Amino acid sequence: MNASERFLETAPIALREWLTGRLPAPWHWFANSLITIALIIGLFATLFALLTLAERKVLGRVQNRPGPNRTGLPFLKFTEGKMFGLGQPLADGIKMLTKEDIVPRAADQVLHFLAPVALLAFSILTFAVIPYGRHIIPVELDAAVLYFFAAGAATELAIFMAGWASHNKYSLLAAMRALAQLISYELPLLLSMVPVIMLAGTLSTTGIVAAQGGFKFGIIAHWNVFTPWGFAAFVIFMISALAESNRSPFDLPEAESELIAGHLTEYSGFKYALFFMAEYFGMCALSGMAVTLFLGGWQPLVPFLDFIPSYVWFTAKLLTLLVSFIWIRATFPRLRIDQLTRLAWKFLVPLALVNLGTAAFWALTGNLPGLLQISRWVGAIALVVIPFLLIGRRLTRGVAPRTYRFAD
Amino acid sequence: MIALIVIALLTLGTAAVAMSLRNLIHSALLLVGSWAGIAAFYLWAGAEFVAFAQVLVYVGAVSMIVLFAVLLTRRSRADLNLSPVSVRRLVGSAFSAAAVLGILFGAVIGSPLPQQSPGTATTTVKQLGTTLMNAHIAGVLIVGVILTVALIGAVVLAANDRDYRKEQR
Repeated sequence: MNASERFLETAPIALREWLTGRLPAPWHWFANSLITIALIIGLFATLFALLTLAERKVLGRVQNRPGPNRTGLPFLKFTEGKMFGLGQPLADGIKMLTKEDIVPRAADQVLHFLAPVALLAFSILTFAVIPYGRHIIPVELDAAVLYFFAAGAATELAIFMAGWASHNKYSLLAAMRALAQLISYELPLLLSMVPVIMLAGTLSTTGIVAAQGGFKFGIIAHWNVFTPWGFAAFVIFMISALAESNRSPFDLPEAESELIAGHLTEYSGFKYALFFMAEYFGMCALSGMAVTLFLGGWQPLVPFLDFIPSYVWFTAKLLTLLVSFIWIRATFPRLRIDQLTRLAWKFLVPLALVNLGTAAFWALTGNLPGLLQISRWVGAIALVVIPFLLIGRRLTRGVAPRTYRFAD
Repeated sequence: MIALIVIALLTLGTAAVAMSLRNLIHSALLLVGSWAGIAAFYLWAGAEFVAFAQVLVYVGAVSMIVLFAVLLTRRSRADLNLSPVSVRRLVGSAFSAAAVLGILFGAVIGSPLPQQSPGTATTTVKQLGTTLMNAHIAGVLIVGVILTVALIGAVVLAANDRDYRKEQR
């Protein structure tokens, strides 16, 4: 049987059709959309709750402590201390909901309220164009990648609103810093995905995933990350994604310990929770985009694992990236603001630009016969590695290796 | 048709309120709403690519320039509130608005539009890219050069030649 028509592949769509099938035709589309929206919000809100727990557990493990492990599920006394703290997100949620919502008297009341709402709304919008499975994509757009980044660009506005409306100089300054960071890293983020679009020849996410289908020698998947330019672009994309979603080591915008949480200073209770929800949503969306652009979307890694449904593959890849985000947070110290901007403008942007050339070289040499393919690989790898070494050397000259005066 | 009227009301309404407000930041944010309305109009007209580009450029980037310009040129929060309209300002704004309207109106009336039945053949992004890269490549290159010059100019203006590394030692 064809892989795209297996029962498990079509089951989610068939279920939705069965649910809405009895409605009159004009309502059909409307009900389908409602179900999709509810599913996206429900699934990703659950993922957000579990991620907060996973983050605390993993951070705890890395720091050699157990993390939250006492909270059981509500009304089930016997689960207390047994369920790996599975009730923790629920307890956090209830705490956030019942906390007092403080709005400073001098604050711009409307904008202060609007900022978290706008931020969350725009971050949810980005989920619409990610292909979650072979047949599962909420909105099929011809310019899907552009839509994704257009929706993401509006989050900067929300951060400005939060910082300005708080009527607090620390909030405003921190919002400016956050904006500087977001604008700086948008450039390498966009530049690193241009080669993917260039080689796939389409802006549609479905088309990009389809272009990564198939296997070389029947075993190596055609994912973009397995090519020299794709690997470089993937690394640049992930670093920029870390910065775009305010994740450690680029979490300067909030930096709880130094900047009193930056533009979030004057937020409390559920609005604060909304900001965090938006941050995690942004992280999930960018990871989903990374999976789509570089890790073959819902395509299986090896041909004989084809029987696993496509959406399971997507979820597995997404979770891998998310866990690596948490892992990175546990491993690296925070960057200083000048180091942060220097990394973006002097290192990532030139590398991403060079990578465009590498991708062009790769595309132009695609038809080389036989052994000349080896020269294609060598050339492309050299185009990736040599600029990396040259720019890296130049940037760290006189700075690295660091000499420690007080610590051994 | 109803969608078009709603979009037009949203665009013009936010623009009108933006002009009547005394708080510059509020005006700037409402202007962003107006730009988003224009993007919605493009989307309604079937120009998907242009709509998303409009959001990316105007809502994402130009809005930031406007907001930063407002914040950098005002000395305090009280300064953000503009003084009420004077006769001179009213006359000046009326003149400039009339001039812009005249130019736009002339351009719209004067440009020949190909007769096409509505709803046929929406342009794909690929077609758009091919057209830009073949027929209009000169325009794309000129825009690219101008933007690069602007960027380098900004760097030259902002950079100072102090050697921070030497000072630190």
